[in-house]
Parts: sequence; structure tokens; C-alpha cells
Amino acid sequence: MSAHAPAAAKGAFERRRSRSWSKFKRSPSAMLGAAIVVFFVLVAVFAPLIVGFDPAQVSFTAIRKAPSAMHWFGTDELGRDILSRMVYGARASLLAGMCSVLIALGVGVPFGLLAGYFGGLVDGCISRATEALLSIPFLILAIALAAFLGPSLVNAMIAIGVSAAPLFIRLARGQVLAIKNEDYVQSTRSLGASNTRIILRHILPNVMPALIVQATIMIASAIIAEASLSFLGLGLQPPNPSWGSMLNTAKNFMTQAPWMSIFPGSAIFLVVFGFNLLGDGLRDALDPRQEH
Amino acid sequence: MHAMNEQDVIRVSGLTVAFTTPERSVEAVRDLSFHVGRGETLAIVGESGSGKSVTSLSLMRLVEFGNGRIVRGDILLRRRDGSVLDLAAATEAQMRTVRGADIAMIFQEPMTSLNPSFTAGDQIAEALQLHQGMDRAAALAETLRLLEVVRIPDAKAVRGRYPHQLSGGMRQRIMIAMALSCRPQVLIADEPTTALDVTIQAQILQLIRQLQQDMDMGVIFITHDMGVVAEVADRVMVMHRGDKVEENDSDALFGDPRHPYTRALLSAVPRLGSMKGSDQPAPFALLDMAQKGGAPMQAAPQARTARYDQDPLLKVDKMTTRFDIATGVFGRVSHRVHAVEQVSFDLYPGETLAVVGESGCGKTTTGRSLAQLERIRGGKVTFQGQDISLLRGNEMQALRRHIQFIFQDPFASLDPRVTIGYSIMEPLLIHGVAKGREAERRVAWLMEKCGLAPEMIDRYPHEFSGGQRQRICIARALALNPKIIIADESVSALDVSIQAQIVNLLLDLQRELGLAILFISHDMAVVERISHRVVVMYLGQVVEIGPRRAVFENPQHPYTKKLMAAVPVADPSYRHRQHSLLVDEIPSVVRHVSDAPQVQPLVQVGEGHFVARHAVGVY
Repeated sequence: MSAHAPAAAKGAFERRRSRSWSKFKRSPSAMLGAAIVVFFVLVAVFAPLIVGFDPAQVSFTAIRKAPSAMHWFGTDELGRDILSRMVYGARASLLAGMCSVLIALGVGVPFGLLAGYFGGLVDGCISRATEALLSIPFLILAIALAAFLGPSLVNAMIAIGVSAAPLFIRLARGQVLAIKNEDYVQSTRSLGASNTRIILRHILPNVMPALIVQATIMIASAIIAEASLSFLGLGLQPPNPSWGSMLNTAKNFMTQAPWMSIFPGSAIFLVVFGFNLLGDGLRDALDPRQEH
Repeated sequence: MHAMNEQDVIRVSGLTVAFTTPERSVEAVRDLSFHVGRGETLAIVGESGSGKSVTSLSLMRLVEFGNGRIVRGDILLRRRDGSVLDLAAATEAQMRTVRGADIAMIFQEPMTSLNPSFTAGDQIAEALQLHQGMDRAAALAETLRLLEVVRIPDAKAVRGRYPHQLSGGMRQRIMIAMALSCRPQVLIADEPTTALDVTIQAQILQLIRQLQQDMDMGVIFITHDMGVVAEVADRVMVMHRGDKVEENDSDALFGDPRHPYTRALLSAVPRLGSMKGSDQPAPFALLDMAQKGGAPMQAAPQARTARYDQDPLLKVDKMTTRFDIATGVFGRVSHRVHAVEQVSFDLYPGETLAVVGESGCGKTTTGRSLAQLERIRGGKVTFQGQDISLLRGNEMQALRRHIQFIFQDPFASLDPRVTIGYSIMEPLLIHGVAKGREAERRVAWLMEKCGLAPEMIDRYPHEFSGGQRQRICIARALALNPKIIIADESVSALDVSIQAQIVNLLLDLQRELGLAILFISHDMAVVERISHRVVVMYLGQVVEIGPRRAVFENPQHPYTKKLMAAVPVADPSYRHRQHSLLVDEIPSVVRHVSDAPQVQPLVQVGEGHFVARHAVGVY
């Protein structure tokens, strides 16, 4: 019996990884989400190869033209090609959405884990600070931080990420509070495991599902927040396009030129939808209890 | 439609219940027939998944809320007005007039089956107003009468209390009062005492029996506990995987079980008193259900494992664990939970020391304190001569290798996101004992020792049954070659046949590895099987300690005696022991800071047998 057991054990971790992946592949919605996200990422990366127009090229003969064979998505108030601007804008918007959420996770999750796991004074300090930050509206905080850091896309992403972090601190803390009293955490502790091991190996994976869902929702808010910062001149500098800033200008021409808002709006909707599907798929694929 | 006997209140014939999911349909109950007469108690017994609860829910037609469907069969009920109704074909509107009025039900969890936002009185009164059309004043007056019927002392005060202010036993009495409020024809009790302490269980069983006689109801009693069955049932129906395997009069069934499954089940039931005259623990003589006729499985030879000639492994001297209750803005400590009060005992190599008592007696906290999961407030605990409260950091880590803990709930004590192979391997990695191939070999060896196939190494906990998971937990606890295993109610959540297997496994492991086991349990019958010595705890204190044989055959403390008397014995001939109607509760261990309990040394009454003679709680 024990002769072939090591072979089985060796396969254990490989099988586990391939099982998650095959579960992910078998879920149509997760694959659709992944396809949408990959599509937009490819568009952003290969932007110059896709479009024929310079996104900053102003044309006073083609102001606010409806979609046509020449300008598939129409033109904006300065006669720029909307499709081209959207393709280039994908870079700023995807970067802003993903990076700021990663920053928020990177800042928020460790603090949340520490606060929830150790409790007491650590929790007191982190939680009070979190509450103080949460009392300031998200956008106002981001604007203040961005203004302080100086206008640029990178600074805008940092500002958004830091402003969103308190949400993740609170979420992670709450999850940890519930999980740390589970018997399996207690039993690992009674084995003599270190705090680091318990947190990283047993608590973090069980906190992840809630965080993944929250993160995918947060991406949408981050894309919009980037637009607001850019509009105020605190983010991406004009004439560089982003979906958010396109939407921002488009809202002044809602009735005269609806295409100006419809296309960037749909793009944001699609990306967020894609990330949501991807997030749910990841959550299910990583959960060994879900067998489909 | 079958004719209904004049005496019957309910007659079920050919009942088949299926659960349908998009993928498949499962028959949870197949072609089941039985009947219950007026004033008669039918016990339905079986292990988890036998279909006993599905049966009871089908009678109430509540099974449809859980995606179940009655496929075939009829359920004839004689209503209070004498008319006969087929419940399987009744409309939802008809069912609403039946539920609560003609058939009432008591559930397992008295903690969750009362609404926490209403007082006990309001909830009973609501049932009365709804079904009997009483006005509020009349309903409240009737509520008071009902609370007295279920023997609640100080009924008037209890009527105005919220569920969280009442103990489990009280809540179950209130559930019974509610169920009986409309004088039902049939009372279905689904594991009504499983969540209760044994002395409270005895009170509730007695109460149900008494009320049944007074009201001449038919009672369907669903349980997995053969002891409870022997105590209450006139007739017994044994179910296994959705089928009825045997039905007989209680005396006949216990005296001469016909079906191999029934015989195997009874062989696994621990019976208090079965170890009379023996000093050593003994494994259960289990019958193998897989074989025709139930061939006996080979029982391991009895062996003397306890080494009283050596120094004790663990010396516990006046250990005290308390929890502060802070109140007010400044968190001033006003009260304390005196969970463990000056507990002293020794644990010898190869010995099983059982700690018994009811909920709140401090047995679990004792175990957790020894495993360093709770901070000890006073006293001294020495492990092989080292004072464990002085250990820090690495020394503490090293100690943890030698004292391992097995939790009660095998479902909760394994991380759902890692493979069981990793779970078992983890202690080896933590302590750097082995890694890679060597660790894998050790895991495979441990799994085999604990009766698991090593091929299952890369599965996840949810793929295992409760018994298998407890084996995994035991394998994990053994990974580091510990000297002491603390098993906290480790077999209580398991079906009896699985429980017996795990007890036998622990005895085998003790014999082979010379383990000392601290076996914490509320189940006196299991304790009698497994232990060399017994500690009886009450309100955080040790009230009696001694060799198992002495404590069980010659209990000295009044609390120990009461505990023994309350244990239901799986033998109907014990049933007619006369009980006085008991209503007393276990006092609280929460005390004001200025009011610490007085503990005095125990008095010796026999060889190694000590008993508390000072006042503890109500004794």
C-alpha cells in the first residue's frame, strides 16, 4: 500500500491545480468573462495596429458626426474619431481599473488580516483609522490625495487605490473574525503552527472568495473615479483619451450626439461585466467544495 | 385506499419520497408502511441518511419545502372530529388546518426553533389565537396553564422571558407546550433530546411520556439513540437507507433482533453497566454489516496499557481557568465565568482518563487549557517535570508536539481548502520533522493506521463522511508521535456504528503506541467502555475522581449518582425504573468578582477514589 502512496502524494498538488483549471474551463460564464477581459487587454496592447486615426487628431470638418463607414463610432466635439480614442483609451482605463484595485487589495488586505487576527490594540488602531477614512467620501478622498501627489495617471491610480483600501480592510477584517474561530484554525494552532503560517495558509485562502467578488465590483468604480480625476485635470492629461474622460465630456452632448456616450459607456459596462464573470469563475474554481 | 383501524390515529402505506435535482432524482424513503395507535409510541430509529427525518417531514407535508416530493403512497390521519384525511393528497389549505392542530412537531434544536424577538408566552399564545380562535386574554391564561403542564417552575415569570434568557431544557419545554397547545392527535418528536444534557434529557423524556398518557396521543419519536428508544417506545421501526428493515415490539426487538442491520446496530450501542466487574477498557464486539448474518469482526485482545508504575506524564495541580466579563464604558470586570476551579489530577502513560459532566461543567475548558488554547489563571500543570505555564516560544512549540487535541466536530476541524494529505502532513512541516518523500511516506502510514486508504491522500475534506473525517483528524493528531491525546467529545457527533469504530480505533492505537488519552465526554456509556479512570466535573470543579470501576459501580457523590441514573439504557426492561419528576437546572458558573467559589480538598473513599464532601452548587 505504502509503496505507491508517495506517487499519489506527488500528484496531489499537481492534480489540485489542474482540477481548478479544468473546473474553470468547464464553466461557460467564466470562460466568457475571461474572453472579454483578454479581448480588451489585447485591444489596449495592440492599439496602434488596430486603428487608422490618430486619437488626438482634431478635425473641424467632422465635428460630432454620427457613426458612418468612415468613423464607425462617430466623432466627438473636436472631430476626433471615437473608435480610435476608445481603443487607445482602453490602455488608461484598464490600467486605472486594475492597478488601483490591486493597490487597494495590497494595502487593505494585510491591514484587515492583522486587525482581524490579532484584535485588541492592533485592531483598535487599524479600525479607528479605517473608520476615519471611510467617513470621507471615496471620491473626495481620491481627489485630495491626487491633488497632493500631483497630476499624472500613476498618481491617480495610487490615490484611487488608497482611497478604496478602507473598504477592503473592513471586509477582510470581518471575514477573518469569523474564520479565526473555526475549529480548523484552532486545531492548526494547537499543532504549534506560527501565526504567519495560520494567516497565510489557512485564513487568507478562506477570505479570498469575498475579496475577489468585492474587487471585481471595485474595478468599475475605479474606472469611473479615474475619469473624474482626469476631468479635474488630476489624472491623465489631455488630449490622451480614457473612457471615463470621454464619458465626462459626452454628457454635455447627450441629446445632440448620443453616440459619444453610448460607445464608451458600453465599453465600461462590458469590461466590468467581464471582470465580474471572471471573478465569480475564479471563486468557484478555487473552491474545492464546488464540484460541477 | 386502505381501511383504517378504529384504534389508529395515523396509518402510512407505501410511502415513497423522492428528492429531485436538475441532474437526478433520489428516493430518500421507499415503500414505507406503518401505523400508530392512540396512546402509542412508535420510535423510528436509524443512522444519518436513513430517511427517518424525511419520513416525519412527509407526514407534515413539509418535505415539499425542501424540494422533496411524495411519489406514491397514502398517509391517513384520523382528525380530532373523527374524520379521516389522506395527507398525501390534501391541499395546502387543508394542511394548514392540520399542522399544529392535529399533528404537532417538536424539533431537535430548542436554541433555534423559537423566535428570538418574542417572549416565550407570546409565541405560545400566538398558536392558541391562530388555531383555537381565542382572544388575547384567554390565550395568555391558557399559556400559563400549559407552562405549568410542562412543569416549568415560576411559570408566570417564564412567560415574559425571551428565548435567550432560558436554558436549553426550558426552551424544549416551551416547544412542547406550544406543540401540545391544541391537543394534537399525533405528536412527532424529531430528536427532541439530542441537543440536551443527559439529566435534562431524562426530564424531557419523562415529561413527554406523562403528557402522552394524560392526552392519549399517538407519538412518533425519531431518534438515533437506542437508549432513548428503549426508554420511550412501545414499538420500534428500524430504517436503513430509506427502507424499513425491521419493525417489532420494543421488548422483542431488543431481545431478539431479526435483521442483520438491527443486530449490527445494537452491537455498536454502548450500554451503561455492560462493563460491570471489569477494570480494563474493552473494544466493542462489532458485527460486520457487510457480511451475511453479521459475522463478528475480530476484536483486539484486551491488554493492560496503563503504566501506573511510571511517573505521571501530566500532573495537573489546582488548575484554574476563568473568563472575565467586562461591563460599562471602562470595561471594568464585574463578573467572571469560573470555567475551571482548582482542578487536580494526574495522567499516566498508556492510560485513558475520562472527564465527564454536563454542558458548562468545565470539561472542555479543562482540555483546552491543557492544550494551551486557553490561558491558565492559576495552579500548576507539569508535563514530564516541566511547568508548562513557564514555557515560551520554541519550548512551547516543542511541548505542543507531545500534547495533541482532537476536536468534536470533524466537519469543522479540517480546512476545506487544503487536501487531507496536506492537513495530515502539516504538523510534520510545522515542526520540521520530515518533508518531501519522507513526509509523504509517514502520511501514508498514518492513514493506514487510522483505517484510511492512502490513495485518498489528495482528496478534500468534503469528499469524506463524518467517521472518515474523524479518522483524518486522529491521523493528524498522531503525526508527531504525541504522548498525550486530548479528545474533546470526539465521538459525540458520529453515528453509533461509526462511534464504536472510532472508540475501537482509539483503543487499538493506545495499545500499539502507548498513548495517554484524556477523553472528554458527556456520554457515560462510552466513557465506561474506554476509560481506566474517571473524573466527574460539576460547575468547574472535580466532584469525584477514581478508577472507572469504582466510580461506575460505587458512585459516591450525589451528582455522579444523578448522572448515572439519568442515562437511558438500551434495554426496555430498565424502563420502569420509577423517576421522581425532576425540574432542577444546572446553576450558572458566572459569578460576581467578589464571590469566588470555595473549593476544599477531596476526601478519599477508596483506593485512588476521591470525592468532594464540601458544598458545590445545589449539592
